Amino acid sequence: MKPILMIDFGSTNTKVTAVDLDEQKVLGTAASYTTVQTDVNDGLNNALKLLSEKIGDLEYEHRYACSSAAGGLKMISCGLVPELTAEAARQASLGAGAKVMKVYSYQMTEDDAEEIQQLKPDIFLLTGGTDGGNKENIIENAKILAQIPLDFPIIIAGNRTAARTCEKILTEAGKNVKVCENVMPKFNQLNIGPAQDVIREVFLDRIIKAKGLSKASQLISGIMMPTPAAVLAAMELLSKGTENQPGWGELVAVDVGGATTDIYSMTEGLPERTNTVLKGLPEPYAKRTVEGDIGMRYSANGIVEAGGLANVCRLSGLSEDRVCELMELITTHTDTMPTTEELRNLDFALASLAIKTGVTRHAGTLEKVYTPLGEAYAQTGKDLSRVDKVVITGGSLIHVDTVDKIAAHALYDMKEPGSLKPQRFEVLVDKQYILSAMGLLSQYEPDIALNIMKKELKSYGIAE
Amino acid sequence: MSEKKKLVIGVIGADVHAVGIQILNHAFEAAGFDVTNLGVMVSQEEFIAAATETAADAILVSSLYGHGELDCRGLREKCDEAGLKDILLYVGGNIVVGKQPFNEVEARFKKMGYNRVFGPGTAPEETIAALNEDLK
Ligand code: B12
Repeated sequence: MKPILMIDFGSTNTKVTAVDLDEQKVLGTAASYTTVQTDVNDGLNNALKLLSEKIGDLEYEHRYACSSAAGGLKMISCGLVPELTAEAARQASLGAGAKVMKVYSYQMTEDDAEEIQQLKPDIFLLTGGTDGGNKENIIENAKILAQIPLDFPIIIAGNRTAARTCEKILTEAGKNVKVCENVMPKFNQLNIGPAQDVIREVFLDRIIKAKGLSKASQLISGIMMPTPAAVLAAMELLSKGTENQPGWGELVAVDVGGATTDIYSMTEGLPERTNTVLKGLPEPYAKRTVEGDIGMRYSANGIVEAGGLANVCRLSGLSEDRVCELMELITTHTDTMPTTEELRNLDFALASLAIKTGVTRHAGTLEKVYTPLGEAYAQTGKDLSRVDKVVITGGSLIHVDTVDKIAAHALYDMKEPGSLKPQRFEVLVDKQYILSAMGLLSQYEPDIALNIMKKELKSYGIAE
Repeated sequence: MSEKKKLVIGVIGADVHAVGIQILNHAFEAAGFDVTNLGVMVSQEEFIAAATETAADAILVSSLYGHGELDCRGLREKCDEAGLKDILLYVGGNIVVGKQPFNEVEARFKKMGYNRVFGPGTAPEETIAALNEDLK
């Protein structure tokens, strides 16, 4: 036996997953409740104790960790045009596993500077202009950032001809600055890998310490990364496979949390038809979006707003008054568990609409344009219609027995023909809640991580 | 970086005539310009967004299917609004329906704020000469 341990420091939970590398299987998992006040080490020790009660005391050869503790990796970014460099900067941050608090475009103002000061990001990503393109905007924004009396690191990933000037302005103001390749070196060319590498570096160097994880990190032999980045890595591996074995191909993954809903898609998502013109920024194969207003507890009101109260009533079978009462309860007592029939029905409705809203926002859209010759189509974003696997993860869904019915809300809907959602898919559930652990493992033992995921993700049939 | 002059080109509106713009792209690149080709079915907003990020020196709008006059209206005003003050605007192709006296067409498009207007069958060399003169 060759046991190793994966740790996920969350905001409310510390999860541990033990894996045997020899047998290529999960030995056991455990989780312990943590609070903002709890020392992260207490959370870890508790979880380890629970784990050893299940599987005994083991000598772990390695311990790898990821973290979304203390609010996760909070980032703010800015670019020039909202649909271009500002969007590229957002994509870069989301793909690096960050929580994007705000994205500015064009020139930032003094008011924006004050807002940034209040939001206190962990990292700021400064972009704007293609290489050799617009310089003024990013330089002016660097000047605004220079005034903010906080010491968050700033990553410059904009027009290379302006990078030096920006660096100078910011270092002279005493800022910690890193320069890397432009997120959009040429018009509509997405180049987010280099910025993401630097985000990861800065996260390791600074953020871990700042969030009180450094004590724990002495026990840890390998990379700390933001938890969403680990999940993204796991999904990309599951989709693409390794050099030794194929992956499962195109897929979508959904993680409905208490405060936010994360959607991941692994596909190029290019247009199906030849008479379709692709609009907007090219999409990364491995894409993550986060819905900050969609979550089962803290953001439950956002679900009702987006999904409609009538739909919540229809799906839950509860009256409008009862829904409102229960909503009041779960949003004030965010630790409410679905212990009654009514609460289970409400959760069913909320989860269904969370998935529907999240996937609809993530998926691309197809618009019919009438030309004198006839119809043509313009596609923005990814076409997910042929994606045939949807992975469900997240504590609020994986133990629910109606998860297949909930997942079916990711399906294409005839009532919104322009929304390019999957038309038929297999529902796969992360029953043991191991995706972030497998993302960590994928950095060292991709084949083993892939094998374990293929075994552990449980099929709940086909939705169509 | 390049001292090259930067052009943004594309076919405006719902127009799908893809051949001419491809030829212009190659001709302008060969003549030493830095070209951002937006292809077909390009909205005014897309022209402006691309010109903003790339700090373009000129926008060249192509229209072939006859609806150019409708599609091209208002681009100058939007450029002004977006901070692309005094950017050079050219338009060319079959920009109006059918055959109309070119000087009248030219006058109408100039009034809309286009610096130069090119009629059907304009050779790329003519446009390149104009660009070299206007972007000196
Ligand atoms: C091929 C073609 C099509 C193909 C296009 C295939 C494709 N994806 O490219 C298809 C069949 C799809 C098509 C459709 C239509 N077409 Co058509 N098409 C043509 C055709 C035969 C050739 C176009 C071409 O490729 N020429 C070769 C290239 C190299 O030349 P060019 O496009 O003119 O571009 C050069 C110059 O004009 C100039 N130029 C172009 N833009 C600019 C811009 C600037 C700034 C400058 C300086 C110069 C410049 O430089 C280019 C390179 O030298 C022309 C007729 C013709 N012989 O020109 C009709 C023509 C353009 N089409 C026409 C029409 C009406 C249509 C339709 C409306 C037909 C219909 N009734 O449904 C549809 C419109 C569809 C749409 N939404 O756009 C008319 C337009 C008439 C008008 N403006 O009043 C034309 C002129 C035919 C005609 N005589 O009636 N078409």
